[in-house]
Amino acid sequence: MSNKIISKEHIEYLETIKRRKRTILITQISVLVIGLTLWELAAKLNLIDTFLTSSPTDIWNMLVEYTQNGDLFHHVGISVLETIVGFTVGTVLGVIVAIGLWWSNFLAKVLEPYLVILNSLPKTALAPIIIIWIGTGYTGIIVTAITVSIIITIMNMFNSFMSVDEDKIKLLETFGATKFQILQKVILPYSIPAMINTLKVNIGLSWVGVIVGEFLVSRAGIGYLLVYGMQVFQFDLVMLGVFILAMISALMYKSVSIIENKFIKWHK
Amino acid sequence: MSKNSVVQVNNIGMTYHRLNGEIEAIKNIDFEVYQGEIVGIVGPSGCGKSTLLSIIAGLIKPSFGEVLVNGKKVAGHSEDIGYMFQSDQLFEWRTILQNVLLGLEIQGNIDEKSIRAAEELLDVYGLGDFKNNYPNQLSGGMRQRAALIRTLVVKPNLLLLDEPFSALDYQTRLAIADEVGLILKKEKKTTLLVTHDISEAISLSDRIIVLTNRPATIKDIIQIKLTCPEGTWSPINCREAPEFRYYFNKIWKELDVHVK
Ligand SMILES: Nc1ncnc2c1ncn2[C@@H]1O[C@H](COP(=O)(O)OP(=O)(O)O)[C@@H](O)[C@H]1O
Ligand SMILES: [Mg+2]
Repeated sequence: MSNKIISKEHIEYLETIKRRKRTILITQISVLVIGLTLWELAAKLNLIDTFLTSSPTDIWNMLVEYTQNGDLFHHVGISVLETIVGFTVGTVLGVIVAIGLWWSNFLAKVLEPYLVILNSLPKTALAPIIIIWIGTGYTGIIVTAITVSIIITIMNMFNSFMSVDEDKIKLLETFGATKFQILQKVILPYSIPAMINTLKVNIGLSWVGVIVGEFLVSRAGIGYLLVYGMQVFQFDLVMLGVFILAMISALMYKSVSIIENKFIKWHK
Repeated sequence: MSKNSVVQVNNIGMTYHRLNGEIEAIKNIDFEVYQGEIVGIVGPSGCGKSTLLSIIAGLIKPSFGEVLVNGKKVAGHSEDIGYMFQSDQLFEWRTILQNVLLGLEIQGNIDEKSIRAAEELLDVYGLGDFKNNYPNQLSGGMRQRAALIRTLVVKPNLLLLDEPFSALDYQTRLAIADEVGLILKKEKKTTLLVTHDISEAISLSDRIIVLTNRPATIKDIIQIKLTCPEGTWSPINCREAPEFRYYFNKIWKELDVHVK
């Protein structure tokens, strides 16, 4: 359809949209720059107590210091690894359990009240128990991250499995499909969008699990940096930790979006 | 027409059981369908038409009686049967060609030859240029045509069409019903067509079974003989046959529709 003649009004319309997009982006950047500048100015002019609020340059210096001595990569690397493992295992296990529930209606009915209760429970409350049971190493933290994301994964995926149109299943049955083929040909592919949404949610949830775990056992990781910074009253370090956390989770979220666009061609 | 019977429905009945009671959907249904015939089934909505088709397809077991397809008792799925639904049920994540190949894939019959056959059918019925498109890029009529091809590709002996056009708007519906009628005649498919559109039933069918309210029993079986206008035969043209009104009024009266 690209070879159609485009009217003048349409070009103007496209221009307006483009201009608006640009204005939004410029405003977004300005907000960031102005915010940082005001913060820095207030700190320099002693309007705020940098002991409690830190300042952009202090955080920057802290970043340079931690980058140069390699500590930053150590801590960030550990947290990222824990999160990725927790998030992958949580998602995969969650999907497997959801498949089990879909396969056996009896099992689904039996487990339903437990899932509902577990889902409404703040999962981080389980972290101390898990760490006592599993240990204070990385495994304890990873299992905490898994616990936070697995229940919601099970529920989201199971709901998606059950919302497949009855007639789609009937159609496969008229071709003589086995239950496994129904799973493979319609249930799972139909649920890919739900799966991707769950992945997006799980990134945030796994980070919650990892940070809480690190708060509790405090040996390494971003959560450790946060607690350590607080204990030694190094607010620059705490702020640095939070900023890095924000950057990395945004990056991970973005990666899932990219995967999404690759996979879901039929949405366009 | 040779009187080889493809379907024998022997006095079947079906009762659904639910916690809040039982529903008798169909009762004492007994008829035959012969080779190459298109048999229309009309009846009030909710009377048990889909139930009847599901039983013939072997998807549900009747409470009484039995169904024979090609002389064999139906028990579970049969590869001789193709089913079409009210909505096309194309899979959004598959291209049109992949959708059309679904049945072959499930039956493990995908090979170069069958893929070529599917592509040829798509070409013949005007979807050749769209085989690599996704369903949401096609109009409702084209989608329903793709659904029919998906059914035809597995070469069923018997087609069961459950209100296949009712999700379409009126214009498209007329056009597609006409096309499908031509396709069925050309492929010489034995067909059971459920519809609530009396005109559609008359223009497409060789015989029409009229069902009563639930529990559905057979009220009448009407042989349709239309003197279609000269020229190329098509279901739409046959709506101009002089007998059309007579059949319409007869079925309309038998359906005994009351607006409540
Ligand atoms: N799986 C089922 N369980 C219980 N009742 C059903 C089921 N399927 C259909 N029915 C009931 O059986 C009756 C006939 O349904 P159906 O065959 O779908 O009618 P139609 O296709 O003629 O509209 C309806 O009253 C419907 O509520
Ligand atoms: Mg129905």
